Amino acid sequence: MKLKTRNALAGYLLALPFLIGFAGFYLIPFLWSIRFTFTSGSGGTAFVGLRNYMDIFGSAAFRLAAWNTFRFILIGVPLLMLVSLVLALLLFDKFRGASFFRSLFMYPLVLPAASVVIVVQAFFSNDGLLNQFLSWLGLPIEDWIQSEYAFPLLIALYIWKNCGYDLVLFLAGLSAIPREYREAAASEGASYWQTLRYITLPLMTPTFFFILIVSIINSFKSFREAYLLGGANPHESIYMLQHFMNNNFQNLSYQRLSVAALLVFLVIFVLVLVLFRLKARNER
Amino acid sequence: MKAKRFSALRLVFLCFFGLFVVIPILFTLVNSFSTGTAYSLLPQQWSLAGWFEVFLRRPHYLIKFWNSLFLSTAIVAGQTLVSSLAGYAFSKFRFPGREALFFIVIIVMMMPYQVTLVSNYFVIRELGLMGSWAALIIPSIFSPFGVFLLRQVFDTCPDDLLDAARIDGAGNLTILFRILLPRSRAGVVSLVILTFVDAWNMVEQPLVYLDSSYDYPLSVFLSQMNGQDVGVLCVCGILAALPVLLLFLYYDQDLADGISLSQIH
Repeated sequence: MKLKTRNALAGYLLALPFLIGFAGFYLIPFLWSIRFTFTSGSGGTAFVGLRNYMDIFGSAAFRLAAWNTFRFILIGVPLLMLVSLVLALLLFDKFRGASFFRSLFMYPLVLPAASVVIVVQAFFSNDGLLNQFLSWLGLPIEDWIQSEYAFPLLIALYIWKNCGYDLVLFLAGLSAIPREYREAAASEGASYWQTLRYITLPLMTPTFFFILIVSIINSFKSFREAYLLGGANPHESIYMLQHFMNNNFQNLSYQRLSVAALLVFLVIFVLVLVLFRLKARNER
Repeated sequence: MKAKRFSALRLVFLCFFGLFVVIPILFTLVNSFSTGTAYSLLPQQWSLAGWFEVFLRRPHYLIKFWNSLFLSTAIVAGQTLVSSLAGYAFSKFRFPGREALFFIVIIVMMMPYQVTLVSNYFVIRELGLMGSWAALIIPSIFSPFGVFLLRQVFDTCPDDLLDAARIDGAGNLTILFRILLPRSRAGVVSLVILTFVDAWNMVEQPLVYLDSSYDYPLSVFLSQMNGQDVGVLCVCGILAALPVLLLFLYYDQDLADGISLSQIH
């Protein structure tokens, strides 16, 4: 009994530095900001009910930012997962050079967005290489970064950057499947595609759920590339939630910020809960 | 025969994808020897002016570099220390509320900066840290990712080993620093690299917390040098990539192992 208490006490003590900082910077201010969303004024003294929420939903900038972020996830995440799954399947059978290619595809993961953006600008800006090439061919040129092409460009950058992370997770998922399953299928005369369709992919379902969550989380980080490419006021097709937040930080509109943060929190929270529930049901 | 054709096809396919990684790197390297403001595939005029400008002539590029390095190192050191202690607690000690707290840690970990920055901001403002580097460093030290990752990693270490050390008279901190951490190389290395990369690349926090662009770290500063000499831009791109490149070249295997361990079961 006494040992148990001592054990618990040591646990709390070790976790204490983290718990203080985590509660102080993340938990407590978040809970406080929930109350704040129902008030007005910088002190948050006047209770205004749902007015801030109406305000946010009525804001064209917020709707644009939310729609763009949603559209980005909807298109980017499946594409990213498809590309990294294909690469993982190609790299899974050990062959000479497999680990070289894996490292190569992981490399964009650590490459600073600032360095990448310099190259993107060199290729896609108004006087960039692509336009030089197009005008050499006599084709019309386009400002790729300051037009609706910015959106596919940003999607491509997102896939390029996060492919390595998903690839490693897919490889881990693939190696968790007992080799005997696939060998048995092959000895029964199943083709590569049949084995993939009926054995490998179904057994990978838990991995899919996790990678889906990770990919959605990482998609929010694409704001970095969006900001470094387009600045504070990019083409409206890549005006993301973080752009909206930054503007409101500038305007000191803390209630709007809190409402927006709370809404994003709720959406992700529900999404993650649903995915984990589905995953748990799948495993039963 | 068929297998041979498959592996040839696979190689072609992989090389094609590999080009997307190799070309930007080669482009940056080659064009760092260029001069003038016009983009071209190969420098029209080869020159060392970009290197000279960044490394010798003007100090502010290197000052930004060291600033960013200091910032990132402080965050990595703090985050690794704090989350080692807490990860150890969550993994190997039983205390009331442990699983509930860990669930909250996971939920907050999944939140993007759009959510956590607002919470951090209120506290930073109350503490009077706006405009200072402490605003960038302190919240990042307590970010929940490290606790999550290290708990996952420590969970794979058998309790018997720790109990044996305890019988030999080792205290909790000795066990953590002498046994658990050295055994968790891949996890610790991944935490260090991923935290470093995130800190080195920070864009959201400086935009929100710093009011003068003079204080911006390298990551944001680079994006504001539009219309510059191509050679200088590319040298800056290399400068920005250098620390993470070196870390990655040494530890890519550990990073892959650590990412694999980060799955939630």
